Amino acid sequence: MKKPRVLIFSGYGLNSEAETAYGFTLAGAESEIIHINDIIDGLYKLDDYQILSFPGGFSYGDDTGAGIAYANKIKNHLWEKLLKFIEKDKLVIGICNGCQIIANTGLFPAFENNYGQRDLALLNNESARFICRWTDLKVTTKTPWLDGIEKLSLPIAHGEGKFFAKANDLKKLETNKQIALKYEAGEMSKYLDLPYNPNGSALDIAGIIDGSGKILGLMPHPERGMFFTQLPNWQIKKEEHKRTGKKTSSEGPGLSIFKNAVQYFNK
Amino acid sequence: MTARIGIITNVFDTRAKNRIDKLKNQGFKKIKDLWIYDIYTVAKKLDDKQLISIGKKLSNPLTQSVVFQTEKARFTPPKKFTFAIEIGFLPGVTDNIGHTAKEIIEDSLKTKFRNGEDVYSSQVTFLTGKVSEKDAKEISLTLYNPLIQRAHIKSYQQFLKDGGMDLFVPKVDIKHQPKVIEINLNISDEELAKIGKNGIQNQDGTTRGPLALDLSFMKTIQKYFKKLGRSPTDIELESLAQTWSEHCKHTIFNDPIDNIKNGLYKTYIKGATEKIRKIKGKKDFCVSVFTDNSGGISFDENYLITHKVETHNSPSALDPFGGAITGIVGVNRDTLGFGLGAKPVANFYGFCLADPAIDIPLYRNKNKSQKMLSSRRIMDGVIAGINAGGNQSGIPTPQGFVYFHEGYRGKPLVFAGTIGLIPKKIKNKPSHIKNAQPGDLIVMIGGRVGKDGVHGATFSSESLNTKSPAAAVQIGDPITQKKLSDAIINEARDQLLYSSITDNGAGGLSCSVSEMAKESGGFVLDLEKTPLKYQGLDPWEIWISESQERMTLAVPEKNWVKFNSLMKRRGVEATIIGKFTNSKKGIVKYKNKTILDIDMKFLHDGLPQRKMISDKTTNNKHQATIPTDVNLNMSVSQMLARLNITSIEFISSQYDHIVLGGAVLGPLQGSGRVNSEASVFRPVLQSQRGVVMSQALYPNYSDINPYAMAAASIDTAVRNAVAIGGNPDYIALLDNFCWTESNTPQRLFQLKMAAKACYDTAVDYQTPYISGKDSMFNEFNGFDKNSKPVKVTIPPTLLISSIGVIEDINKTVSLDAKKENDLIYILGETFDELGGSEYLSMKNVSSTKTPIVNTKKNFKMYKDFYKAIQKELIASSISIGKGGLAVAIAKKSIGGMLGVDVSLENLPGSITRNDLALFSESQGRILISIAPKNKKAFEKTMSGNKIKQIGTVTKKPEIIIKGLSGKKIVNIKLNNAKNQYKKTFKDY
Repeated sequence: MKKPRVLIFSGYGLNSEAETAYGFTLAGAESEIIHINDIIDGLYKLDDYQILSFPGGFSYGDDTGAGIAYANKIKNHLWEKLLKFIEKDKLVIGICNGCQIIANTGLFPAFENNYGQRDLALLNNESARFICRWTDLKVTTKTPWLDGIEKLSLPIAHGEGKFFAKANDLKKLETNKQIALKYEAGEMSKYLDLPYNPNGSALDIAGIIDGSGKILGLMPHPERGMFFTQLPNWQIKKEEHKRTGKKTSSEGPGLSIFKNAVQYFNK
Repeated sequence: MTARIGIITNVFDTRAKNRIDKLKNQGFKKIKDLWIYDIYTVAKKLDDKQLISIGKKLSNPLTQSVVFQTEKARFTPPKKFTFAIEIGFLPGVTDNIGHTAKEIIEDSLKTKFRNGEDVYSSQVTFLTGKVSEKDAKEISLTLYNPLIQRAHIKSYQQFLKDGGMDLFVPKVDIKHQPKVIEINLNISDEELAKIGKNGIQNQDGTTRGPLALDLSFMKTIQKYFKKLGRSPTDIELESLAQTWSEHCKHTIFNDPIDNIKNGLYKTYIKGATEKIRKIKGKKDFCVSVFTDNSGGISFDENYLITHKVETHNSPSALDPFGGAITGIVGVNRDTLGFGLGAKPVANFYGFCLADPAIDIPLYRNKNKSQKMLSSRRIMDGVIAGINAGGNQSGIPTPQGFVYFHEGYRGKPLVFAGTIGLIPKKIKNKPSHIKNAQPGDLIVMIGGRVGKDGVHGATFSSESLNTKSPAAAVQIGDPITQKKLSDAIINEARDQLLYSSITDNGAGGLSCSVSEMAKESGGFVLDLEKTPLKYQGLDPWEIWISESQERMTLAVPEKNWVKFNSLMKRRGVEATIIGKFTNSKKGIVKYKNKTILDIDMKFLHDGLPQRKMISDKTTNNKHQATIPTDVNLNMSVSQMLARLNITSIEFISSQYDHIVLGGAVLGPLQGSGRVNSEASVFRPVLQSQRGVVMSQALYPNYSDINPYAMAAASIDTAVRNAVAIGGNPDYIALLDNFCWTESNTPQRLFQLKMAAKACYDTAVDYQTPYISGKDSMFNEFNGFDKNSKPVKVTIPPTLLISSIGVIEDINKTVSLDAKKENDLIYILGETFDELGGSEYLSMKNVSSTKTPIVNTKKNFKMYKDFYKAIQKELIASSISIGKGGLAVAIAKKSIGGMLGVDVSLENLPGSITRNDLALFSESQGRILISIAPKNKKAFEKTMSGNKIKQIGTVTKKPEIIIKGLSGKKIVNIKLNNAKNQYKKTFKDY
């Protein structure tokens, strides 16, 4: 079976490209980290890849609003190529800053296939402060990215993660089933005794898909939750397993998202 | 043409909400409403269409709208307000948001900004309510720092009349013809000393800022130039001052003291490392120590890890945000500047501050026009600075501390550390070796040079007073540095495009170039080729400026085209400014004229040694009897809320500690989220090996017994690492001495004793020092609110950082109690050692009995404990530190959200009273819990050590402690303990 190729964007302050690439590699893909300028310069072609990934980071230091400057760069130089890419049966994921970037390009929600229209914004967290902690999520739609997953826990680390849309657009998101992930009270928020919605996000939204379900933007970080030892409660779990003789998997919940993407092309 | 583009937020703005809440808390209760506009002032000729298009690019159409103001188009505000306060930067101060806006405009309009054209960011806060002009002014003072920012205030009427705020462009405009002057040194000793202290005099009579060269240094320089038969130029004198500064040469630590001929550093710090490396023999893990920007030790077959800890104290006193952010991005460059360039993989921070809840105004001058920032402002600022620097750089911050003491009210200490990772070999060449070759190009990459940071190195060698130059304050630009860092570490390094690299930190080019030129044997440099932020800088300023985000590289000529094209494609500016030579001379030219010509040998080794004498006289208070505590329940509760013990979760959770994916055990542990004193991460995701890091300091012991202080700091830093699962045979240390009044014999004696303890303790533990730094004059000389002179000195502060390598991260152990019925043990002995303790600080009682470290006994115990951890016998483990056993018990219980029931009966050691047993800070102790079934195996593994089972973990959510006689002395509900532990900074 041929491994799907993943292009992971880098440059201008993106910073989670290496671990994201490793996640895809562990899942069975061929990962390549490419600087956006090399794509603009035509050294690499989007056509050669099956998956595009916009990783987490702090592109342009979040100046002028998280993701806005990087999104402008994409719109100025790569927009036509990107539109061509998504016309085909391919996958796109934006994680954290990557989610903010693709939200600002209008790759999602793209109501009525109107790609490029910005109908979702990510605002400052309710606390107006950067937050780094674990959250629990429930899957609320069907998308190749989240196939077979009902619930999972992942960490967040962002300053601007509060999803915002106009009231009727929020309704549209619900009826179109474009809300992919919602924060909910679960294992980690109970273990840590923290509010389940970490940032005041509307309708507890943590992730959104476009109409096709092939483009996913999410604020939580699957690549920071793909090993057992990344979990906040791995120590107590390890003790429990030791005492009950249960085997401990070295994997964390986030890996399943990367595996799903690879699986999609191996079907 | 100037245009102001205003971005209005049309949805709920949390920033505005936070600001109004904060102002109301500060007493401005009359404010009714508040909103914020973000402003971009574009100084460039643009037509209306272009302006509208830019407005769209800089905003989010869904949540924001855009307004404009130009010379022609007035701006009428949509809503009535009382006052508008605009805060922007002063000319020349780094403006990251403006910089990004400029890049957005350039990219979308496909145009370049020419010289003099730029974008400047600012923010307007609109207030409604019965706010007077005086109120508005006072409010503005809480919103800005006059050293780096400007404020404009307008009433509604004025705003309407003027058609908006002013179209002000904070452009640097220096009407100055750069020149080089000669300094006549054929003058009296008195005059020489004056130049050395106050700096070179300008023609208008002002001085350029401290050279920090004392008379013996000045006389050596006088003699050197007399022999050459000429006067030095200003740039030569400034250059020597930088290279010879306390900050760069560490003369106090290097010069002879009493009968120690080789000085404290060589004898006690480097000496310890040399001895330990010999003892360890084949097990020596040191690879590059003391010689480079960071220290490097072996991680595994393929990688080295590096570590460096810096301080950024003086700048943080003046501009806490700027000081802290430059501190952290600066120490990141010490990682990039290790060998051929290591990748930063973890940051840590440490703040020494005064109680933020108390405001004691201090002034830098008698007429009280220069007020120091309040302790709260300093605290908020330094926290925000590390937040911006660390988070934006994509480097995790799993570890840090805040330590409070009144001595830091005049000058805070800001520690910033970075751990790096580098392959041992790059294209088969050892990566830690760098060699600038004669003929290599001197290339500067990254940011441009401005007046910011002029005299940073000499400034930090002086104590803080009214002459402290505001130009010494800089603001970091993490994204510019991130671009540079990525281009070097991910690309240029692995192609070996350069032969050497170092950071432009203290002393700027003057230090980086002459430091690298040691490798080749000389340099010649054309200063006018240096890219500048703005014109009008004198050559000496360009040479010593500490403008941030710059590295200097030695690039072989044949690689230049490839190197430069790579940098261009990554958005990094690279410029050839000279050549490395083997002429044994350092030569700087400016517009074809030689303006600096100094022998390399004189530059680096010319400074004379000064012999120092120390004096043992102390004014220790006599031992007071410690009153017996009759309410231990209350004391334990109060201790949990103490500044030095309470939760700092609000800091830990706003620092990204999980980026890069290697987090294992972080700053908050267990269900109760207790701050840990040590953390573990995995720098190479493909491997199960891990890095353990911790820090320790006991400034409160310093004046009682500096030797015991240093020994305790080392023991705690090592023990914290061991407690979490570190291997005592694989731990290295870093020392950061922050002293005060280091020119007085009494302080020198304390320094000597602390350094001696560093030697003795480290040698016994076989923990080599790999890097260190010192900062010798941390005191504040100024005035109080009655214009009376005051001096605030810090307690002598030694920060010991530990870094260790472990084979298997899966075996590490967190601090939280895991299961009911687990057995709780204390390892190590407890004595009546409360001198300098947190408990006595709370009770305001003094005692001279500080803890004494028994290294032999501890080392054996740590090794055995490591074996127990490797056998996976341990369920939880916490090192006993500030606050003693009582605090450790409470933290274990809160961490696991489980009760504990323990008894102090027959506690190992020798203890006479319950209160002393609870709060003694005796070193060498660890509090652990194990599963009952591991009892036998554990006790066998630990045989020969002083350990004792003192109780069990319980389901009942209560902390119960029975005293020496078995009677219940503490009974606190778990939730109450948790609330106490978390309440102090709840609203921060």
